[in-house]
Amino acid sequence: MKILHCPLNGPRNIQEFAYGGEVAPLPAADASDGVWAGYVFLDENAAGVVREWWLHVASGYWFIAERDTTTDTVLRTYPPSGLSDADKRRDPR
Amino acid sequence: MSARRLAPPYGLLLDRSTQVDFTFEGQAVSGLAGDTIASALAAQDIWLLSRSFKYHRPRGVLSLSGDDANTFVQLPDEPNVLADTYKIQDGLAVSGQHYSGSLRSDAAQRISAFSRFLPVGFYYHAFHKPRGIWDFWEKRIRARAGLGAVNQNVRGKYYDKAYACTDVAVIGAGAAGVSAAVAAAKAGRDVTLIERQPILGGSLNHARLQVKSTYGVDLARELAEELTAAEHRIAILADALCTGLFADNLLSVMRDNRLIKLRAEQVILATGAIEQPAVFENNDLPGVMMASAAQRLLWLYAVRPGRDAVILTANADGYGAALDLAEAGVTIRGIVELRDEPTVEPLMQEAVSRRMPVLRGYAIRRAFANEGGHHLAGIELVSVAGQDRPQRDTLRISCDLICMSVGWAPAASLAAQAGAEIAYNDAQASFDIRGLPDRVQAVGALTHRWTPEAATAQGRHAGLRAAGQAGEPPPGAAADAQPVNHPFPYFPGDSGKAFVDFDEDLTPEDIENSVAEGFDHVELVKRYSTVGMGPSQGRQSAANTVRLLSRVTGRSLNGSRGWTNRPPAYPEKVGQLAGRGFEPVRQSPMHDRHLQANAEMMAAGAWLRPAFYGPDRDTAIEREVSVVRGNAGLIDVSTLGGIELRGPDAAAFLERVYTGRFETLKPGRSRYALMCDMTGTIQDDGMACRFAADHFYVTATTGNSDEVHRAMLWWNAQWGMDVDITNVTGAYAAVNIAGPQSRSILAPVCDGLDLSAEGFPYMAVRNGAIAGIPSRILRVGFVGELGYEIHAPAALGEALWDALLEAGRRYRMRPFGVETQRMLRLEKGHIIIGQDTDGLTHPHEAGMGWALGRGKPFFLGQKAIEIRMRRPLARKLVGFAMRPQTATLPEECNLVIRGDEIVGRVTSIFRSQTLGKPIGLAYVAPDQAALGTSLTIKDSSGGFVEATVTATPFFDPQNRRQSL
Repeated sequence: MKILHCPLNGPRNIQEFAYGGEVAPLPAADASDGVWAGYVFLDENAAGVVREWWLHVASGYWFIAERDTTTDTVLRTYPPSGLSDADKRRDPR
Repeated sequence: MSARRLAPPYGLLLDRSTQVDFTFEGQAVSGLAGDTIASALAAQDIWLLSRSFKYHRPRGVLSLSGDDANTFVQLPDEPNVLADTYKIQDGLAVSGQHYSGSLRSDAAQRISAFSRFLPVGFYYHAFHKPRGIWDFWEKRIRARAGLGAVNQNVRGKYYDKAYACTDVAVIGAGAAGVSAAVAAAKAGRDVTLIERQPILGGSLNHARLQVKSTYGVDLARELAEELTAAEHRIAILADALCTGLFADNLLSVMRDNRLIKLRAEQVILATGAIEQPAVFENNDLPGVMMASAAQRLLWLYAVRPGRDAVILTANADGYGAALDLAEAGVTIRGIVELRDEPTVEPLMQEAVSRRMPVLRGYAIRRAFANEGGHHLAGIELVSVAGQDRPQRDTLRISCDLICMSVGWAPAASLAAQAGAEIAYNDAQASFDIRGLPDRVQAVGALTHRWTPEAATAQGRHAGLRAAGQAGEPPPGAAADAQPVNHPFPYFPGDSGKAFVDFDEDLTPEDIENSVAEGFDHVELVKRYSTVGMGPSQGRQSAANTVRLLSRVTGRSLNGSRGWTNRPPAYPEKVGQLAGRGFEPVRQSPMHDRHLQANAEMMAAGAWLRPAFYGPDRDTAIEREVSVVRGNAGLIDVSTLGGIELRGPDAAAFLERVYTGRFETLKPGRSRYALMCDMTGTIQDDGMACRFAADHFYVTATTGNSDEVHRAMLWWNAQWGMDVDITNVTGAYAAVNIAGPQSRSILAPVCDGLDLSAEGFPYMAVRNGAIAGIPSRILRVGFVGELGYEIHAPAALGEALWDALLEAGRRYRMRPFGVETQRMLRLEKGHIIIGQDTDGLTHPHEAGMGWALGRGKPFFLGQKAIEIRMRRPLARKLVGFAMRPQTATLPEECNLVIRGDEIVGRVTSIFRSQTLGKPIGLAYVAPDQAALGTSLTIKDSSGGFVEATVTATPFFDPQNRRQSL
């Protein structure tokens, strides 16, 4: 059982967390069907460093983890405020 | 007490004041408290403990440390118990394993005579053709082989789990481990020290390290004193077995009926080394054991392991064992020295000076059994001077004990699990541990430190390092240059069996056959021959297999890896892993009231809910339906999710996550809320109630509220809107009072609230008090009657329930259950998310296009619904009715058939009491959705029944009753 460092709660057992998928910005409203399908169904799944959403379930806190998929090590975690506006697509309109 | 027991200081683990009586093979045996099954039997001169797996050969003590499977015995409730570690208790009934007839005369031992027909690969070749022949033989072979018998009537025992954290976990409390623990504790770290034995000291307690016989025990005492000085920082887990080392230093530790999950910042492995056997004919006879096993019998259990001993040695340890045995009254018939020119050490000099016969350059070629065939009676020696030309001049010696001292292999399983490479090293004729990860260290005999001086120096340094205070390792901590292992302890004769792997009854020929068949890599040899796959996981066979493989293939295996170690390092019980078997369920605040009212409870998500009240399902539901449609009923809906949204952006946020419009909703009103995911599939529904411009209370389905809450938090983590989102499901008790009389029942207990149709219309929400209990009151119509949902603080749920039942008494109001509610809502054609929808249902398929807000710039799944609606609809959810006389109803999930095609399935079906005919919901082909279309449903018995597509709601289509 791994340890994950929650930016809010500190190091906790991985079983307290839920995975929320890779960080991917919401496409523009007028994006093509293909772009939307890609957003909904596809992950980059890169061999290397990926950015992922994780939830500390007990406290309901979502945050970002940067993980190296080749070594399965989490390099750093930070609050969603650390994402750029482009990553968040603050306004879906 | 047995004549064989020696006086103290022998018997470190014994409590001589307490006698323990048990039985072995039906025969009464007495031992002492602290004895294991094997030591107590040995004290009574009983050495034959069990029979081997394949050939049913007699087996006895080999390691006495729980590292082999030769001592597997059967308890009434438990098979495969290790007699050499299992402590005796009064009344314990022990028997041997793997025999037909009796342990002493096993009918199946004849199988040995046919063993030339049972080589490795025999099964693969012999039972391949003709087809079906394996089915015949399998039963017969399984009856012969296999491990102990499982008692299927055994009652479960209590097991549990504990969770612990420590700065430094030290596994193994020998010289190295204790030194490491003390050093880390003195440096200010909290330490957990895990030891298999009940006492600390490891091999110091039984190994002969110096000519002075008490040297090891004295050292152990000194270390124990150091430990006591640092006691407040060291937690000792003795009698505990560490079986696994997982990610981020999570250790699994088994202690009796408890699994301890221990998280450690730093791990120090001091698991020691396991003595290795030599391979010669009949090396498995009871009486042939590791030198360390004989010394354990002596020092730990005060048992003399034999009368006449032969020591087979290739290192100083063998001479130590000879001195120990001689001092305990065993006659040393010979020390068979495998080395041509051994290094002269003090222990050897001492043995020679005591005139022990040392036979240099000889090996044991064969061991002989006594008349009964159960025990060692003598040996035949062969000269190995110039090993390639074994000579024929043989020498016979009578003995009842052989102590093998030909070398050690590191107990490296945990190190391997940590990610280290376990590689063979020709110079040491042993395995090295390479590449341990950060925060895991290995010390002691595990890393070829054979003297306690080197082990303590290294352990101390590792302890300081774990505490972040270490400098360079001291020079005394280096590994001993002098190898202790014989490079190739193989001296098989020309007939009879010599064993490489005792668990699986494998001989050198079996390994050779594997290579001849082309399986010449360590991992392939293992899989083809099954070497190392038995319960002892190759602890005594890995080194010899690698050596033999190297010899047979002519390849050097220097630096090559042994086979992969996986957890557990030692067998674990399913009970230990399962623990107490928690199955948590949530209970509503009114749970006890339901039980008192004779409710039949059912699981709903994580909750228990009343299905109906009363012993008989059909009459109960019939009664409850009549009461709701006729006067009024009361249902506990506390399990509905409740999510509170507060903040200036609350309405805007709901517009994004739900399909409908909420900015336009006036305070004091509620609206149906439907949620989709980004694929446009329906996820959840509920009511969104607006209590103020910046305050919404949204309900969610019983099984899905956590997911809905989680999704809301996730989206807002990205959007950063000014709204607080709180899951208040558990904070509220809720009931739905439904039926034509519900207003009349509420009026007297509803203080100061205008309940009239104008003052509190359908879909309105109010804050108020019911019988003095502060409540949120929602006018709803899920079951199609005038009805109110009342949400009150959970702590007042019972009071609310009681007050309403009391108020409803004169209207003959009754509680109703979930099953009744399902029928009532079906009569209204309301869908249940997850029952009438599945993982693909989008709103238009379910006929819920009306719930999608028009002209909205965005909501979850909007784009996907738009894309999906550009394609032809694949199916449609419709209502259907059947002829009242239909005898057998189809069930949920029965298929809708057209010709020879499956076009859909039934999602809900009930025989409607109110309408007097069966009604239901089903997916059908879009062209079948027109009212009056005839459907064919295949029922569970394979028959076909007819149904007709019918408008919903089935009951009260104008919805007059709910809007009264």
